[in-house]
Amino acid sequence: MQTNFTPEQLADPHVATSEKILRKCVHCGFCTATCPTYVTLGNELDSPRGRIYLIKDMLENGRPADEQVVTHIDRCLSCLACMTTCPSGVDYMHLVDHARAHIEETYRRPFWNRMTRNLLAAVLPYPRRFRLALRAASLGRPFAGLLRRVKPLEPFAAMLDLAPSRLPAPSPAARPGTHPAAGPRRARVAILTGCAQPVLKPEINEATIRLLTRLGVEVVAPAGEVCCGSLVHHMGREGEALEAARKNVDVWLREIEAGGLDAIIVTASGCGTTIKDYGFMLRLDPAYAEKAARVSALAKDVTEFLSTLDLPQQAARGMTVAYHSACSMQHGQKITMAPKILLKKAGFTVRDPAEGHLCCGSAGTYNIMQPEISRKLKARKVKNIAATKPDVIATGNIGCITQIATGTDIPILHTVELLDWAYGGRKPDMLS
Amino acid sequence: MDQIGFLAPRPAVLARRREIVADLLDLMPPGCLVHEERELVPFETDAFVSYRRLPLAVALPETTAEVAAVLKYCHRYGVPVVPRGAGTSLAGGAIPQEDAVVLGLSKMSRILEVDYANRTATVQAGVTNLSISDAVSADGYFYAPDPSSQLACTIGGNIGMNSGGAHCLKYGVTTNNLLGVKLVLIDGTVVELGGKALDAGGLDLLGLVCGGEGQLGVVTEATVRLIARPEGARPVLFGFDSSEDAGACVADVIGAGIIPVAIEFMDKPAIEICEAFAQAGYPMDVEALLIVEVEGSDAEMDAMLGKIIEIAGRHGVRVVKESQSATEAALIWKGRKSAFGATGRIADYICMDGTVPLGQLSHVLRGTAEIVAKYGLRVANVFHAGDGNMHPLILFNANDPEDAARAEAAGNDILKLCVDAGGCLTGEHGVGVEKRDLMRHQYAEVDLAQQMAVRAAFDPQWLLNPSKVFPLEGRPAA
Repeated sequence: MQTNFTPEQLADPHVATSEKILRKCVHCGFCTATCPTYVTLGNELDSPRGRIYLIKDMLENGRPADEQVVTHIDRCLSCLACMTTCPSGVDYMHLVDHARAHIEETYRRPFWNRMTRNLLAAVLPYPRRFRLALRAASLGRPFAGLLRRVKPLEPFAAMLDLAPSRLPAPSPAARPGTHPAAGPRRARVAILTGCAQPVLKPEINEATIRLLTRLGVEVVAPAGEVCCGSLVHHMGREGEALEAARKNVDVWLREIEAGGLDAIIVTASGCGTTIKDYGFMLRLDPAYAEKAARVSALAKDVTEFLSTLDLPQQAARGMTVAYHSACSMQHGQKITMAPKILLKKAGFTVRDPAEGHLCCGSAGTYNIMQPEISRKLKARKVKNIAATKPDVIATGNIGCITQIATGTDIPILHTVELLDWAYGGRKPDMLS
Repeated sequence: MDQIGFLAPRPAVLARRREIVADLLDLMPPGCLVHEERELVPFETDAFVSYRRLPLAVALPETTAEVAAVLKYCHRYGVPVVPRGAGTSLAGGAIPQEDAVVLGLSKMSRILEVDYANRTATVQAGVTNLSISDAVSADGYFYAPDPSSQLACTIGGNIGMNSGGAHCLKYGVTTNNLLGVKLVLIDGTVVELGGKALDAGGLDLLGLVCGGEGQLGVVTEATVRLIARPEGARPVLFGFDSSEDAGACVADVIGAGIIPVAIEFMDKPAIEICEAFAQAGYPMDVEALLIVEVEGSDAEMDAMLGKIIEIAGRHGVRVVKESQSATEAALIWKGRKSAFGATGRIADYICMDGTVPLGQLSHVLRGTAEIVAKYGLRVANVFHAGDGNMHPLILFNANDPEDAARAEAAGNDILKLCVDAGGCLTGEHGVGVEKRDLMRHQYAEVDLAQQMAVRAAFDPQWLLNPSKVFPLEGRPAA
């Protein structure tokens, strides 16, 4: 597609990158068909092609963001289904990242919107604050109905809806330390402890550590790790995101130097997509570019890593699993087959729900900030999953787990919890 | 690019812009009218992205009644209307103009009825082509016409352009698979043409509307024919050392009375582009590739393939590769159907759509190469060879105006070559704005005058998609 930037504009490396991305788009429109918001709303402005055009127009004219552009960019889930579909190889992810940072710099959001975003950014990435907030939420739940009736306060109602009624106790797996391999050590990995996940579902990392150590892998949870930065990154708060990335790069590099790392294991695919992008995010920082690229290359989703360990085929269990591929897994990291192959090898019958490419509506804080679209996508997702008549749903991202669990009674687990069970670990509580 | 002109906007309409927007806001449900300038920009073009015109407003109706209300209003006040499906037109069929209201059917995307007893599906116009097949595939049926953009393009747009696709060699194009439409005329009258049966009484108005390029009315619902899926289907790759050999092979296969489901052609640049995207396992050491798909029982497929392989052998085929699995077959088609978009990885392009008699394939391929070389450009050829529908993709740099002008000139020369070889300007993309000024190369004045008279009978004020199809000069006065 033709672009119209001055040499001065292109001197900004962010603009230069976006210009290259825009030049690849031929405006064929294929992306519209697999975009969850276009499919739901039927307006090209809420499709990748429409957003690409809005961003192009804004950047070419060097304009601050305005209400219209912000509305349509905010509605983007960042599910990246468009990138799987795009035959031209348009790097929509980095284009929309740039647009979000531009919005954050140039646009003043309405008061309640600003407050909600500030609150999420100040609470979610910090486990202790998040735990407190969830406790408070159980007290606030009676007010959800009231909040829902006031449009700008709707996100608070959505938060209350999503907060679990019971909170698990803090897990030892969430504390820094080394978990030695059982038997001879075949590999040494770091595990991303995470921020929201260990508060909501500590079982996931517990299962991962149990399974990996049993398989002869030493697992380190390094001290000093922070949230991967994905949450603020998707809000366009680039400074904070890069700060988080730098801290984690330092932590993992220390670990590489101390004892060597074969992989950095990530059990939330949303985080995995971002950590794998650290190399790009920090490309303009001479002190960190190379280190970040090293970290990104080591980052592996837990199923990606398990696939390299050649696990034995287990006897059939007579249990049907609907595998829900998180967008960050299938579109962000392009991991499509590995989790299903692992589940089949572990003895489960695996079903693919229809419209598997469509987002469940979780998308980080999307279900809080855009509750209406999120609800529609959740209903559609749950219907497609239920049609496969599964005994259990497996997925690889905490966001999807929380979202889908509020729409169905079918138990939903992280893939690794089922794998741990199949290979000698404990049966997940949810199935007991 | 600016070689193709649009009609000058009607000053009376532009002067009333605010009023028109206010009136349309009253007619449409909330959130269904786009009118802020910033938000209009993404609607200024379609997949013929070289040309762009900002519309006056974009209406996104949810019902036939709302479509009728918009049309009635525009008719009353003389406001041009440009219908739009998914905006995937490669001929600029959905490019708006400054005084026009875009009527987008994207919110009307429901499948209304599937009737297996009559083998029909009735759908809203904004349904995508592929989702019709998706909706009936579990029951063993499909909708046959399959434009490469079938993932995204809508049935309404397919009807407007009488779209084809790879599998149309056997099953025919849109018009052969369309049984009825609900059509809203420019004055807001809703009419139904055809039905569930193969033929309706009276004049074949349905045949007229299919391919009408949105100038005769706006289709809001369609009843299409469903076809039972064959027992099996197998795409086979045939690699040749030259495009001429491949072209001659196609002519001989068809000449021998053999009609496979599809015969698709790709030259070397196209093979490289598609392989880079789909990793379909296309042979990379050949100059031209045919994808031939046969279907039926194993015995039927083997018999037909045997004959085709024998003919291909006479034309020096060097590689014959059968797909070994459903996944491989899907990848072969994914690569082929993504060819245009995948070209975006290496260059900007415009895509031609001329159709030629099969005996002329080799001649036109050679001529295309010469024309493109003359302009110092590159070309990738990927097209429906079985029905002679050629798609040379002329590669250029959109940020270089001279290069863009050369690409357009080369495109015009290629289309004239197709017409001179006994073919026509468009096989399936429609005339749109892209080929409009070449219509005089294909038709005599008297032909054009008759066609325009028919068109004007539906829309005497020339409000529907007015800058398209017919040359701007010599139109009958309203």
